Amino acid sequence: MRIKLKVNNKTEEIDIEPHEILLDVLRKLGYYSVRRGCDTGMCGICTVLFDGKPIPSCSVFAARADGHEITTVEGLEDAKAFAKLLSEEGADQCGYCSPGLILNTVYLKKIGVKDLNKAKIKLIGNLCRCTGYESQHRAITKFLGVTK
Amino acid sequence: MIYFKEYLKPKNLQEAYEVLTSKNAKIIGGATFLKLSNQSFETAIDLIDAKLDFIRESENEIEIGAMVTLSEFGDNPIISNLYNGFLKNITENILSFQMRNLITVGGTIFPKFGFSDLITGLLVLETEVHLYKNGKIRLEDFLNTKIQKDILEKITIKKKPLAVSFKNIKNSEYDFSIINIAVSKSENEVKIAVGARPAMAVLITKDLNFFEDIDKAVESLLNKIKFSDDLRASKIYRQKVCKALLKRALREVIQ
Repeated sequence: MRIKLKVNNKTEEIDIEPHEILLDVLRKLGYYSVRRGCDTGMCGICTVLFDGKPIPSCSVFAARADGHEITTVEGLEDAKAFAKLLSEEGADQCGYCSPGLILNTVYLKKIGVKDLNKAKIKLIGNLCRCTGYESQHRAITKFLGVTK
Repeated sequence: MIYFKEYLKPKNLQEAYEVLTSKNAKIIGGATFLKLSNQSFETAIDLIDAKLDFIRESENEIEIGAMVTLSEFGDNPIISNLYNGFLKNITENILSFQMRNLITVGGTIFPKFGFSDLITGLLVLETEVHLYKNGKIRLEDFLNTKIQKDILEKITIKKKPLAVSFKNIKNSEYDFSIINIAVSKSENEVKIAVGARPAMAVLITKDLNFFEDIDKAVESLLNKIKFSDDLRASKIYRQKVCKALLKRALREVIQ
């Protein structure tokens, strides 16, 4: 089947198998920031925005995205600003989980989260095996402008 | 992995039902955990375009469409205000934020998942399931049916003056519950639902008088609830945790 979707505001058309997963199709299209992690929706690494909301792309059929908008980290204006903070705080070690974390954190900023505890709860599904999360939390605090 | 040859997004329930009953087809709900199941069928039906993502409130009840995601469900002010956020608090702690953007109310209820926290919470409210072909059924009755070729359109929750409590325990923050318990108290009746036993949730209804001595009442109730072992916990562990959680929940709503 052929699907048409908008990725980072660019219209893409591709032939897929009906049961193909969005993660695989996005990588076929060249969006390599979308990385494979646990493949069960639990690690957050493959996160993309589907019509503006974060979802694990390993847990969605690509056919569902037909006619919808997908945003990867390449398409986020604020991504570089947050990536710089991650780097400054030493929170970007292997960097494998960064695209998912960046997408989710930028989304939290968009919906106005300014409380670090709320941010931590919303980011529960973003696993990182390098940082121990403290350095990530420092970067998140600065990026969101956390007030308490 | 799930394999199928055709993916359809019907615009309405009639169209979806025709496909469901004329082909080897399945409704895919939120379609999470794709790689944890092994299924093969002809046609996948996605209800994303069937306009089932509504939450409406009338004087006596709240209607929730089957394709409402757990995020929408938890964020909605109508749901947030219902019983001091009882259902919002339940859904806010299910898995991760990203997964809650995919998991749907219908996709949780229709397959009658044993681990579901939401089903346990809804059981102690007056919840009805609205099926396209089989019509309106009380949730507790629906859980005991074997209906498969039908489509969950919406659920309705009757607004009643109730005191409610929900308790659960997990191995980690975003794992499934090892055991979950919901209790509601009306003027003279108490409803208790116990789920993740790990089997499907059960509902027990008793007169308020039955709980004059909560410790005795809980001992008596535990004899009527079946628990089992699975990878997350043993039968004995579940029984012991259930006893403690049930007492806490009952004290919250009764005293």
